[in-house]
Amino acid sequence: MKLYNGGKIIAGIVVFLIVATFPFWYGRGKAVSLPDLKLDTPAIQRLKEKLCVEPAPFMRSNHMKLLGAWREGAVREGIRSYTAADGRVFQVSLTGTCLECHSNKKQFCDRCHDYTGAKPACWNCHIIPEEVR
Amino acid sequence: MAPTRREFLKIAGVSAIGLVLPPLPSLTGAQAGMPAAGVVSPAVPKPLPALTAKRWAMTVEPRKCRPGCTDCITACHLEHNVPDFGNPKDDVHWISLERVEHIFPAEAHPRLPESITKLPVPALCNHCENPPCVRVCPTQATFKRADGIVMMDYHRCIGCRFCMAACPYGSRSMNYRDPRPFIRKINPAFPTRTKGVVEKCNFCEERLARGILPACVIACKDKALAFGDLEDPRSDVRLILDKGLSLRRRPDLGTGPQVYYIL
Amino acid sequence: MLEKALKGSRGYGIWVAFLLLLVAIGFFFYLRQLDYGLGITGMSRDVSWGLYIAQFTFLVGIAASAVMLVLPYYLHDFKAFGKITILGEFLAVSAVVMCITFIFVDLGQPGRVMNVLLYPSPTSVLFWDMVVLNGYLLLNIVTGWTVLGCEKKGIPPPAWVKPLIILSIPWAISIHTVTAFIYSGLPGRGFWLTAIMAPRFLASAFASGPALLILFCLILRRFGRFDAGEKAIQTLAKIVTYALATSIFFVLVELFTAFYSQIPGHMQHHLYLIAGLDGHNVIARWMAVSAFTAMASLVLLIIPRTRKRESLLAVACCGVFLSLWIEKGLGLVVTGFVPSPLETITDYTPTGPEVAITTGIWALGLLIVTIFYKIFVSVRKE
Repeated sequence: MKLYNGGKIIAGIVVFLIVATFPFWYGRGKAVSLPDLKLDTPAIQRLKEKLCVEPAPFMRSNHMKLLGAWREGAVREGIRSYTAADGRVFQVSLTGTCLECHSNKKQFCDRCHDYTGAKPACWNCHIIPEEVR
Repeated sequence: MAPTRREFLKIAGVSAIGLVLPPLPSLTGAQAGMPAAGVVSPAVPKPLPALTAKRWAMTVEPRKCRPGCTDCITACHLEHNVPDFGNPKDDVHWISLERVEHIFPAEAHPRLPESITKLPVPALCNHCENPPCVRVCPTQATFKRADGIVMMDYHRCIGCRFCMAACPYGSRSMNYRDPRPFIRKINPAFPTRTKGVVEKCNFCEERLARGILPACVIACKDKALAFGDLEDPRSDVRLILDKGLSLRRRPDLGTGPQVYYIL
Repeated sequence: MLEKALKGSRGYGIWVAFLLLLVAIGFFFYLRQLDYGLGITGMSRDVSWGLYIAQFTFLVGIAASAVMLVLPYYLHDFKAFGKITILGEFLAVSAVVMCITFIFVDLGQPGRVMNVLLYPSPTSVLFWDMVVLNGYLLLNIVTGWTVLGCEKKGIPPPAWVKPLIILSIPWAISIHTVTAFIYSGLPGRGFWLTAIMAPRFLASAFASGPALLILFCLILRRFGRFDAGEKAIQTLAKIVTYALATSIFFVLVELFTAFYSQIPGHMQHHLYLIAGLDGHNVIARWMAVSAFTAMASLVLLIIPRTRKRESLLAVACCGVFLSLWIEKGLGLVVTGFVPSPLETITDYTPTGPEVAITTGIWALGLLIVTIFYKIFVSVRKE
């Protein structure tokens, strides 16, 4: 069986393989360390019990869902308090609640976001207190 | 026996649906908690109970304004991080001072006395009972609350500016550029907006939720602005409205504006 | 069939390359707009819709005008149009793609455009506009491509195509009516708040669209060796004539209502449009060109001798297109905002980037038309 345009086909396959495996061979030997999250802000140190709104594993996987629900509730329904699973009540506010404790966005939020390439647009509007003080 | 193409496509279709369905319930993110009385947060002192109303409204008495005063504008724009772009093209404002003949084109005439024509008239979103902006919004980014406040959801707005075309009062402003560099002094207690969304006065709903009156009302040293519940016969606005004639902007349009002017 | 668009004469290649260049330039400026914001255009707090929305408004008319070929042929068996209904459908596809692109570049937050579908708002005319425009696009792509494919194979089109084509007739009317409703239901904009808005849109659509089709047919005869036929072109010309006359009549009745009633609110906008207000008269000067061109074209079209001379017909069609483009593509939208609700007069001048993006999108539309017509001509030859 004859392979027509064999030169172009083989060349195309080679180019494709180079491009498709780019992430693997380009980054070899350059390991990026896991994000190192700093939780030693003054506000957190003042807390008696070092607990976030919800348990840390939940927050790690679901904080965006929680924030989305907070957003819909606060803006569209006027619901401004949130009762956590353990009964504690929080004010629904990204800047006012979350960033009150996690006041070190660059050493906390940004560490994982940069690592995963997530670029939340929240900061276009919601104020980062340390940047404005 | 190998499946026919039809059978294969059927199985593929069902599998695709099966892959999509399970994560759907979690996408709704139903996590909203119940609003509880006595909101507590570690660093914040116990707040006032929220101000509620059946129908929020505002009265404006321009005769009380001292000449050259812009305190209401300054307070509002400072409180809400409203940018100052410094040119009329990109201008964003939530409240402004206008002339009587522009606010009341039907009632004004050439023989009005100077005491009327030189009055500065504060103009802001009228939070209409029948708002055309809400009607035209294709994403419901602007919507009317049960207490009458016409809200903006800056997360949902696509910046189509249909609401700006629909508003008969010129109350709305578009962020044609990134507003952050043009905010004189950022108030960290309130977000800014981003480029590409439309904004307007929100009757300070975030302050009402904290139990305080709108910034412009508090800032006015001449008490020219009053704010309250139209359905409460003892509210400030009702007491003022019960005294005599009040006007609204373009009442013939059927929008039902809730900012009342006493000239 | 797409491969037929890849081979062509040198002139064809240069034309396509030129269009691609314009598209690329437009795209480059769009990236700048994404970065800076819509402030890169001439739009302002008072004039919050400008060139982009105006182009969209004009092009919806062009898209709807396919119905002027489809209706006589499919409903009334007007055989002369049989060869060219596909040209109308492909023009409709190109025009609708341009409409959708113009709306997209006009959005402040284009990444959120799916919110219109995620949060359907039946009270919003813009929601319905998205529905009918995309439906019309789908209709015309499916029917045009299928009919052309069948012509290539030399077989009659399948039975299901006909009901879809019939559906496109009321659908074409609907896209332009819905677009008119964007304007004619807004309480604060007296210039637009008129019931005749939808009929005006349709009249100018049925003049400008077929005028463009005539020009395309003449070009195809010259460069594509495809002859639509004298009867088809002359019938289209008569349609343009009647539609243009109607469109001019509609403008005049609007002027009557505004100026005979002497109501300032009604008059102000029309004064700005035709004479200017307080020295702001750029729009008025454009409208003078539009009015003169419309009249001159109407004269050329009404007189049978000049209408039958194809060189003069081409001039008249260019005039019709230009006149209505100025009227709908510039005059209509900007004038609605002047004077503003607070009676201020704000001038609107499109900026360089805005014009570049607009040109890029027009080039995209012409590119789509070129490719489709090239395929059509190649299939015809077989």
